[in-house]
Amino acid sequence: MPEPHDCDAVVVGTGPAGATAADVLTSAGWSVVMLEKGRNHLLALEPPFAGLGHVSNDEIKSQRRFFLGPDPFLEPRTYRRDEDDGDRLFAGEVNNLPSTVGGGGFHADGKLPRFRAVDFKPRSELGPVDGADIVDWPVDYDEMEPYYAEAERLVGVAGDADGNPFAEWRSGPYPMPPGADMFGAVLTTEAAARLGYHPYRAPTGVNSVPYDGRPACNNCGFCAYYGCPIEAKGDPIAPLRNALRTGRCDIRPDSYVERVLLDASGKQARGVRYRDLDGDAHEVSARVVVVAGGAWETPRLLLRSDIGNSSGLIGRYLMYHFQTFVIGHFPFRLHGHRGRSVTHLHDDHMIVDDDIRRFAREHGLPYFRGGLTEHGGGGSPIMEGIYTTPGVAHTREMLDSAMRDRLWAFTVQGEDLPQATNRIDLDPIVRDVYGFPAGRATYDVHPHEVVASRYFAPRLEAVMREAGAESTFAATSPPLEGDRAGRRSASMSRHIMGTCRMGDDPATSVVDRWQRFHDVENMVCTDSSVFPTSTGYGPTLTIVALAIRACRDLAGLPKLTSNRPG
Amino acid sequence: MRFLSEHEHAVVSAAADRLIPPLDAHPGGAALGVADYVDNLLGAFTFDPPLIFAGGPFSGRSGGEASFARFIALSPHEELAWRTRIEGSRGRPEREFNGPTRGWQEIYREGIAALGADFCERDGDEQDDRLAAQAELRTVLYQHACEGAYGPPEYGGNPALAGWHVIGWEGDVQPRGYTDDEVSGRA
Repeated sequence: MPEPHDCDAVVVGTGPAGATAADVLTSAGWSVVMLEKGRNHLLALEPPFAGLGHVSNDEIKSQRRFFLGPDPFLEPRTYRRDEDDGDRLFAGEVNNLPSTVGGGGFHADGKLPRFRAVDFKPRSELGPVDGADIVDWPVDYDEMEPYYAEAERLVGVAGDADGNPFAEWRSGPYPMPPGADMFGAVLTTEAAARLGYHPYRAPTGVNSVPYDGRPACNNCGFCAYYGCPIEAKGDPIAPLRNALRTGRCDIRPDSYVERVLLDASGKQARGVRYRDLDGDAHEVSARVVVVAGGAWETPRLLLRSDIGNSSGLIGRYLMYHFQTFVIGHFPFRLHGHRGRSVTHLHDDHMIVDDDIRRFAREHGLPYFRGGLTEHGGGGSPIMEGIYTTPGVAHTREMLDSAMRDRLWAFTVQGEDLPQATNRIDLDPIVRDVYGFPAGRATYDVHPHEVVASRYFAPRLEAVMREAGAESTFAATSPPLEGDRAGRRSASMSRHIMGTCRMGDDPATSVVDRWQRFHDVENMVCTDSSVFPTSTGYGPTLTIVALAIRACRDLAGLPKLTSNRPG
Repeated sequence: MRFLSEHEHAVVSAAADRLIPPLDAHPGGAALGVADYVDNLLGAFTFDPPLIFAGGPFSGRSGGEASFARFIALSPHEELAWRTRIEGSRGRPEREFNGPTRGWQEIYREGIAALGADFCERDGDEQDDRLAAQAELRTVLYQHACEGAYGPPEYGGNPALAGWHVIGWEGDVQPRGYTDDEVSGRA
């Protein structure tokens, strides 16, 4: 007889990955305990699960004081490029995503594109690149389509199904029409179209009309990195509220999971041990353990638990998006602080053409891909002030506002090739406030990202000038020192992927095609750790779609199917 | 005053006017309440709840009930982090799990003393030179000056929203928000 459990599933993390798992599993009748190391600023945990009203249009709280966490004093992370840099180059803030109920979904502005078919089959469709381990995913777009559609319904995505000529087939329209176009994006999309590119209205998990009992967005502009004060964003509040409403979900904030516990066989998880706010230890036993702490915290937890790692690959193939920023200064004000931070995208820089292949060959590569290009603006006055030089230059700049009100930006979320040497492991010295080793990123760029950025940046500067910019410049994250990642600053990307790669072969992957650990059959990972490659698309919709797929399988619910129109 | 003495307050104001000098319509850092902001931050724990996280969701400036001034209580860990940042680690093991931290109170107190008792009476060039020699204070003060001058007034600076008005920043706008025309149009 199996021992009784505290719950059917314990879920570690309450971001999009954990919230989706809780939604699917509770809908199948499972009881779920969710453990979140951060505070709860999102919603009341008693019916009717109302919003707490903690987030606001407050630049100090949100941008200067780590309100949504993690506070780098309490939870530092460390960074180096390789072992030659020593144990670390610095400790502090590295790729931080919110540490709070709702996780990374809480602060995101919710651009939610689907991948394209090629993104699931890059090895077959595009081929290998020296120095990288490009592999096909064990799923394809046609299988994913109904899960994408379900994810878009769950979160509530507003978009234009006919806007992007490169998009794959869809089984239906977006749940909502697109919201208001930002003025600067009107200028840059018209310019981009004149130069032969194909911009479109960004699919966004922000209500353009009332949806799922939540109001339409009112364009306040405090979007990316703030948290929505009126619940116009569906991720993560929609799946968490769904799960709570079943009466079968118990969310425990301020609960730091120390380790995953195995049974005597060493092949089954029996639950987790966590510490509460008072430092008291508790165990939760469960039939299934779902790890969903994100591609940084999940490998950190598993490495300190010392499980699931017969392949030696936990933490490896860490990927970000290599970001290229192309900035334009305009001779007139753009009021980029109004609206949803980014309202338009174009995919052109992910389409490999003859000119790209020629440029790639000249630089020793077979091909390269950039990434989704975001048309966005904004900026806020404290950040603008801090970036200017103290003295009269400060005051002149603040009155003139070239860096805020007259600035527009393209951000290319460039594909980052998977390299085994890029990894998360445990820092030998630096600790968090709980006494556990900080996560450490060891990361350097592949020439692919650098060459792609150098190819696309001047082309995007030309678009900015066509749109009316009087001056332009380009920058990257991570900043480069020659052809290497910079020493002084880690990547600022919050798109963190890889680290528990998904695949069929236990020797070359950590989880299987249903995201179950090869080594621990009742443990599932639903976050972006499982991504075998990074593509050039934001990861969140694919995280949610994969989590729906994996958790429906886990709970014995039928597979979703969809019909290709025409 | 919560932490600064009257003299220290005057020095912070004078220094703020060197880092954010008045120019044309811009009144400069002193008039934008930087010293009051710094005093509230250094004395944040003389308030209950401490003046770290302003409340939400609305300020009342664009409709809705004013709630920013109702600050949010800190968790024990947040209190540890913010006390350490402000007061320094002072040799307490629970604040030094990754080594000692020099607190802002100490940085301000020592830095202001090093600027000289006659700092406020010196001319601008001399004040600039003395500030340049106090790099630690200057770096911290500049960040705080930007926060105070251009942050929500509930934290103590930006009196009557003067810092926002002069730079054309519309500030917090919930729950009114912007119309689609205000987002998409030129004006």
